[in-house]
Amino acid sequence: MSECTETVTEIEEYDIESEIAENDNIFYKIKNMIRTNKVAAISGLLIIFIIIVAIFAPVFAPHDPYAIDLLSRLKGPSAEHLLGTDELGRDVLSRIIYGSRVSLFVGLVPTLLSMIIGTVLGLISGYFGGKIDFVIMRLADVVLAFPSLLLAMVIMYTLGASTFNLFIALTIINWAGTARVVRSQAMSLKEKEFIEAAKSIGVKDSVIMFKHLLPNCLPSLIVLFTTNIPGAILSEANLSFLGVGAQPPEASWGLMVNNGKKFLFTNPIVALAPGIAILIIVLTFNFLGDGLRDAIDPYMKE
Amino acid sequence: MAKYFFKRILIAVPVLIGVAFITFMMLNVVPGDPITVMMREHVKPDVIENLRKTMHLDDPAIIRFLRFLGDALRGNFGISYKLSRPVTDLIVQAFPVTIKLASTAAIISWIIGIPIGIISAIRQSTIIDQMFMGFALFGVSMPVFLIGLLGQYTFSYKLGWLPVSGFESWKQLVMPALVLGWNSAGTIARLTRSNLLEAMKNDYIRTARAKGLKETGVVVGHALKNSLLPVITIMAIQIASLLSGSVITESIFGIPGIGRLSVDAIQGRDMPLLQGSVVFATALIIFGNICADMLYSLVDPRIRVE
Repeated sequence: MSECTETVTEIEEYDIESEIAENDNIFYKIKNMIRTNKVAAISGLLIIFIIIVAIFAPVFAPHDPYAIDLLSRLKGPSAEHLLGTDELGRDVLSRIIYGSRVSLFVGLVPTLLSMIIGTVLGLISGYFGGKIDFVIMRLADVVLAFPSLLLAMVIMYTLGASTFNLFIALTIINWAGTARVVRSQAMSLKEKEFIEAAKSIGVKDSVIMFKHLLPNCLPSLIVLFTTNIPGAILSEANLSFLGVGAQPPEASWGLMVNNGKKFLFTNPIVALAPGIAILIIVLTFNFLGDGLRDAIDPYMKE
Repeated sequence: MAKYFFKRILIAVPVLIGVAFITFMMLNVVPGDPITVMMREHVKPDVIENLRKTMHLDDPAIIRFLRFLGDALRGNFGISYKLSRPVTDLIVQAFPVTIKLASTAAIISWIIGIPIGIISAIRQSTIIDQMFMGFALFGVSMPVFLIGLLGQYTFSYKLGWLPVSGFESWKQLVMPALVLGWNSAGTIARLTRSNLLEAMKNDYIRTARAKGLKETGVVVGHALKNSLLPVITIMAIQIASLLSGSVITESIFGIPGIGRLSVDAIQGRDMPLLQGSVVFATALIIFGNICADMLYSLVDPRIRVE
């Protein structure tokens, strides 16, 4: 009899623990979000769609985005050109389709790079503390003190305007925010027993940082990643709009708005269509990021 | 209080020096010789030699930086390459314009954002909340230039209500301020909502409800007062985003402010002007942050203890 109750309690305990583990699981949380948060789920689908369009741009684009046709300049929408043509007779729709590549690339690559740098520096800063923490955090203070657009403009002035230099500029601007978040998490985590245990059996510092601290920061990092993407896309759009980002003839949405604004009153679609494309991509990433934050890390502040 | 203020300034000074250092190093040392930017070709070697001497270009970078810092502290940011006028004069001229634009935009963003945030928080998880928050995210996601161009197209071209550009009359202030304010309003609404929701979790709210206070009384009399405290901090954050936004707004509407100055500087490769306006704008933000902290600690004495 007593043996039997023991097994029952054991099973019960086991069940509770596995349930806790499942609730804590990040994939479970994302699955739950897809089920309950329709807006975020639809945004996710839209992003997948945009990614597919960007990858297979030559398939989706009805025309060559760089083909100049001076005889059909600034034509309004027609069956041949669904969104009309720009000042050089290039098909606006095709250019928007190709432009999604620039926006996605700029949204993803510098964000990822800046987060890797920010995570490493944040872990070092939070785990070791002391002088190195002081140096890294003061550097982060300085970077964060700049208005981000002006700092980006200074970097672009120095490096010269091009899409590649945009990557560098956006990476330099964005690492500091991640470093701060990761640092504060690492600082609170390193007081926990499992880190102390790891230290006491002589695990190397680098292993503690990347094997024990990093996985615990991952949920925040995923949220931070999705919420940082729209910021990077907007920065690229702003810089290209000001003429210090992507350079002609590149099909970048910000640059297209900049070129099209001269014809705003005669042919508004040339400027407004790429602008609306930016709005859509930023909006979908923001909705997804908000959904992920609510699902994974509701205590993270903006 | 004085001690707290002193401490805040003490922290800000190295940050400001760091900002000046990074800006200076990137603009002066990395891109090579300013003479080539100024003169291009066909210059006699002795002229270059002279200019190098007067501009102290052969000194070590750190000495040049210290000289720049010393000059900047005395209010001298050098002479603009393109306009041949002292950068300080240009900034002093442009500064009130940007302040006028940014402060009007800030007020607009509070008028739109704070009520939306409050209503969303009170009606949390209802359709009203979802609509308002969707609307706020819409505002956050919209590039400033798109709002600006849509405004110009609708209100200047189609309706003919407002002038397209310029900055002489109040009519010319309306649209840029709305454009910049609209962009900020979304952030304000989201933060007001989350602060209010945070405040509603406190024990004193439960007490207020328990003593039979009406829900409006609970929100207005108890929660709102406490949730608007962090809004002061938000306003400080807003200074930075308004300045960034004014770069775009000013260049769309042809407004002669600091933002326009820096865009002109970059397009004309006018290094001293860019350097001056960036360092000035960042100093402004740091100063604004200190003011916000001061105000915050004045209203909420708990901050000073921490």
